[in-house]
Amino acid sequence: MEEQAARVIGAALALIPLFGVALALGNIFSTLLASIARNPSVSGELKGAGILYFALTEAIALFALLIAFLILFV
Amino acid sequence: MALDPLKQFEIKPIVPIEVAGIDLSFSNASLLMVIGALLTVGFLNIGMSRRALVPGRWQAAGETLYEFIANLIKEQTGSKGREYFPFVFTIFMVVLMGNFLGMIPFSFTYTSHIIVTFALAMVVFLTVTIVGFMKHGLHFLTLFTPAGVPWPLLFLVVPIELIAYLSRPISLSIRLFANMMAGHIMLKVFAGFAVTLGVLGGIAPLLLIIALTGFEFLIAFIQAYVFAVLTCVYLKDALELH
Repeated sequence: MEEQAARVIGAALALIPLFGVALALGNIFSTLLASIARNPSVSGELKGAGILYFALTEAIALFALLIAFLILFV
Repeated sequence: MALDPLKQFEIKPIVPIEVAGIDLSFSNASLLMVIGALLTVGFLNIGMSRRALVPGRWQAAGETLYEFIANLIKEQTGSKGREYFPFVFTIFMVVLMGNFLGMIPFSFTYTSHIIVTFALAMVVFLTVTIVGFMKHGLHFLTLFTPAGVPWPLLFLVVPIELIAYLSRPISLSIRLFANMMAGHIMLKVFAGFAVTLGVLGGIAPLLLIIALTGFEFLIAFIQAYVFAVLTCVYLKDALELH
């Protein structure tokens, strides 16, 4: 029973990186929007880069999720 | 919960084959891979069979795919990377087909298994390393020594660069696998909520699931795109050495 409780607490702690990911994603998209507003002619290139960085940042959240799953189920 | 959200990732053998104690069964994962390969080859061949100057619908779709990857390589690596177009295009189509075929209900997502994505990532990693050594010989090792770093710092920088280089296949494979797995689990869990809410929740939970499914299609495409972009970025590193 205690082990199960520790597992759940550990899995929850493993999701703390989501805080940083949320900040990073907000930063990426707000900067993307501001850049496109300043210079709409490069919006195509910026969107491509934005999607790439979005995926790279989102991967951190997924690593955290994966660790949480490993703690819970393995 | 009535249904186990992890059950969709189960590999079921269809034609059991066992060679020298190793399980080589033709499973549902293999079946989806064969379907994906046939769809890709069939789609491109049928589209290109007429070779009209003014493309029809099929040909236009095939050309769009071709130009999408060709532009991607041109943006990332310039003219040097043109000869690697078939490689990047194949990788892209394998991942794209895996992600999209997995969106069909009751089907199977082969990119949601770490061993599949890790094999793909290792192919990319080994190709890039071999290309780098073939183009530059031992000079390729300067990839690990960024220019302009004072020499005492090299003791710190070189191991970091080495670890970063060696962890590329891991991050590349886990990104795709975790995205697909998490997305599909999320869909199933939310669908479970919608079933539990039932008449009480009315039509709203169902609409949410539809929106989430659309979002998942977007993710499926973006992940294939990111896989191709990162392949190009790694190729550029090997071709140009920083």
